[in-house]
Amino acid sequence: MNKIPRTPMRNQDAIERRNHFLEVALGYSLEEARAEAARCIQCKNPRCVVACPVRVKIPEFIKLLLEDALDEAFETIYEDNILPSICGRVCPQESQCEGACILNIKSESVAIGALERFVGDYGMDKNLADKPVKENNGIKVAVVGSGPAGLANAASMRRKGYDVTIFEALHEYGGVLSYGIPDFRLPKDIVKNEIDNLKKMGVTFVRDVVVGKSITIEQLFEDGYQSVFIGSGAGLPSALGVAGENLNGVYYANEFLTRVNLMKARNEPLSKTPMKLGDTIAVVGGGNVAMDAARTAKRLGAKDVFILYRRDRKSLPARLDEIHHAEDEGIDLRLLTNPVELIGENHVVKQVRCEKMKLGEPDSSGRQRPLPTGEFVTFDIDNIIIAIGQKPNPIIKDNTLGLQTQPWGGIITDEFQMTSLPGVFAGGDVVTGAATVILAMGAGKDAAHHMDEYLKTTTR
Amino acid sequence: MYDIVEKRILQNDIEWMRVRAPFVARNAQPGHFVMVRVDADGERVPLTIVDHDQTDVVIIYQKLGYTTRQLSFKQEGDTLETFQGPLGKAAHIRDKQHVIGVAGGVGSAPLLPQLKAYKEKGIRVDAILGARSQEYLILLDEYRAICDHVYITTDDGSLGQEGRVTDALKIRLETDASIDHVIAIGPAIMMKYVVEMAKSHQRSVDVSLNPIMIDGTGMCGNCRVSIAGKTFFACIDGPDFAGEAVDFDELIARQSYYKKEEHDCFLRLKDE
Ligand SMILES: Cc1cc2nc3c(=O)[nH]c(=O)nc-3n(C[C@H](O)[C@H](O)[C@H](O)COP(=O)(O)OP(=O)(O)OC[C@H]3O[C@@H](n4cnc5c(N)ncnc54)[C@H](O)[C@@H]3O)c2cc1C
Ligand SMILES: Cc1cc2nc3c(=O)[nH]c(=O)nc-3n(C[C@H](O)[C@H](O)[C@H](O)COP(=O)(O)OP(=O)(O)OC[C@H]3O[C@@H](n4cnc5c(N)ncnc54)[C@H](O)[C@@H]3O)c2cc1C
Ligand code: FES
Repeated sequence: MNKIPRTPMRNQDAIERRNHFLEVALGYSLEEARAEAARCIQCKNPRCVVACPVRVKIPEFIKLLLEDALDEAFETIYEDNILPSICGRVCPQESQCEGACILNIKSESVAIGALERFVGDYGMDKNLADKPVKENNGIKVAVVGSGPAGLANAASMRRKGYDVTIFEALHEYGGVLSYGIPDFRLPKDIVKNEIDNLKKMGVTFVRDVVVGKSITIEQLFEDGYQSVFIGSGAGLPSALGVAGENLNGVYYANEFLTRVNLMKARNEPLSKTPMKLGDTIAVVGGGNVAMDAARTAKRLGAKDVFILYRRDRKSLPARLDEIHHAEDEGIDLRLLTNPVELIGENHVVKQVRCEKMKLGEPDSSGRQRPLPTGEFVTFDIDNIIIAIGQKPNPIIKDNTLGLQTQPWGGIITDEFQMTSLPGVFAGGDVVTGAATVILAMGAGKDAAHHMDEYLKTTTR
Repeated sequence: MYDIVEKRILQNDIEWMRVRAPFVARNAQPGHFVMVRVDADGERVPLTIVDHDQTDVVIIYQKLGYTTRQLSFKQEGDTLETFQGPLGKAAHIRDKQHVIGVAGGVGSAPLLPQLKAYKEKGIRVDAILGARSQEYLILLDEYRAICDHVYITTDDGSLGQEGRVTDALKIRLETDASIDHVIAIGPAIMMKYVVEMAKSHQRSVDVSLNPIMIDGTGMCGNCRVSIAGKTFFACIDGPDFAGEAVDFDELIARQSYYKKEEHDCFLRLKDE
């Protein structure tokens, strides 16, 4: 079996990059991409494809890349994944395709994510996604939310001929891709490019419309929409539930990232929505959101940024690359450390008191359960950013009669992704709880298939 | 983009604007608000829906800092970048006999649609409108049209009784036993004192909380308020709440966390 080492991706210098929001990972050159593609042994029964939530034909596109058939390589990915440039950058490949790669046994997996990114970017530069689509069949469908689930659903429905309108609550499209994931991981012109592609396909975008408030699901049907896809995500921050959480200086990651990304506080002093941040910042959580918040804080000039996480290193749910990048940028991981109280003075947070944890038996998630030790430690801080998860926003649930939801707020769907309301489908984080871009995208695409079947039986 | 259909100057620093926004108008109810962004890199600020018809929505704003001043530069025929809503929970119109509304400053704008809703239910309404001085009082005719009595207080005595709204409220609550509910909308400190007064006179009281909001849709959590030890998001759980158990000191502190940044931003406006 092949033991050639994996082709590393070049990164921006770790010290230099702390001062700006430019993308950290620089991507492959054509030569690097070819060298890496050559490492794929073209398995007969590729495990990587099975491990990909949308079943991208990985060995096939890699072979085409090697044969210099880059247009065809792009087409091959695009059939299953309409956002290759995005997924190549943000998918947790180590637990999906790359995790399943047979080369892992003796050496290192093929860098599938990096290759996907390379081919995706090539397609973007050459405008390969801009293709004529079926004529509009006049059947109106509505998509709620413009995150990956909504975008994928809209693209698929438009390709099937439907007259698609996306309603987005915020003033920018893209969902978490726009307001959450920072530029240094996902440059915003890539997201904008994908949205422009959808506009060119004839998808109508309407912003500032909060479905459930500005227009209810029932009113969408009154207005002639024959089916609705809800891809409203999981945008409501979860609380830590400790004393002092409402002190000044305590941010939810959503507020922090919204100020910086959506409201452009990173352009201070020009932004009208600034970000008040001191020198010493604690970030609570171990996922991508926590890593993004910590690295963003560093870029905004914080001197000392540390992460508080109640489990151990191998349990960190963030992408492996991002953990490495965070550490390279000087972010300190304080593991097995669980915040129990925020201590303030004059309504401003000053300290976080934490309990040291140890690991016990595995819990329902398969990870070892963190257990209290009775030993405490207190850190001085200027700000603390809470990044321990998000739940679905209650607006749609509270304003849609008969829509069944889980106790935690997720929308309940059947095997065809239909909700308790006929013709109303849902997918992405609003159904699964906070998950990944690729799962949301896959759910949006699959729902389009079910919506099409449904509409064929209900419209003439 | 949203067209400014009509604009009026109500007082030196207070303006009235009618904006074409059918998606906001369609489901608007008393208590709802909109998030407004004046231009493409503007901040998002919350303003109450004061009135609306099928297509248009009326807002009234006081020129305070950067964004409200930026808004006041806009004229009829100009457009606004974002006008999103209706947001928040509609005001809870309770089963009462006689309601007295208390407004501090521009709080009289959000109070008006609520008192109207009570009036339309056949409930008797009075109002106490307070301001620094006469030039900050607005909508007096509109209030007189629906209220049995309108009491006015000004800090400098330039109109009505010299003093605070709580002075006038005290007298009303002590002398009119038929009043069974108070609504207070205005600066947090004023609402705090109105709530204390209502409580000490055994009347129920509703308030409209005004923490700093960013998205206005339940996403950022900056608008959180503590009520009876529980946290609520004012933008989706409110902004109207029963006032009795609100932690006003926390609200006042949270409102002031960005004071310096707001001031710096305002100073830049002068340069622009
Ligand atoms: C900081 C951060 C970093 C992340 N990093 C990664 C990563 O590296 N890799 C990865 O795979 N995943 C990552 N994720 C998770 C991933 O972004 C989400 O799982 C994915 O975006 C979910 O897609 P969605 O379409 O379901 O929802 P969202 O992306 O949340 O989009 C939902 C959209 O619906 C809109 N909306 C909500 N309510 C309404 C309404 N009532 N009316 C109209 N519109 C509405 C919202 O404004 C939003 O634009 C990250 C998440 C965050 C927050
Ligand atoms: C639900 C709600 C309804 C409101 N309705 C009205 C109304 O009908 N008419 C009206 O004149 N005002 C209303 N306000 C207050 C209005 O939003 C602020 O006056 C405005 O945001 C000030 O912005 P600025 O940039 O001009 O001033 P700044 O100098 O930035 O701030 C002045 C003060 O306004 C408050 N403020 C600033 N930014 C925000 C923000 N994003 N959200 C909330 N408060 C902020 C702060 O307490 C600050 O100290 C309402 C507020 C809320 C929360
Ligand atoms: S304003 Fe962001 S959650 Fe209320």
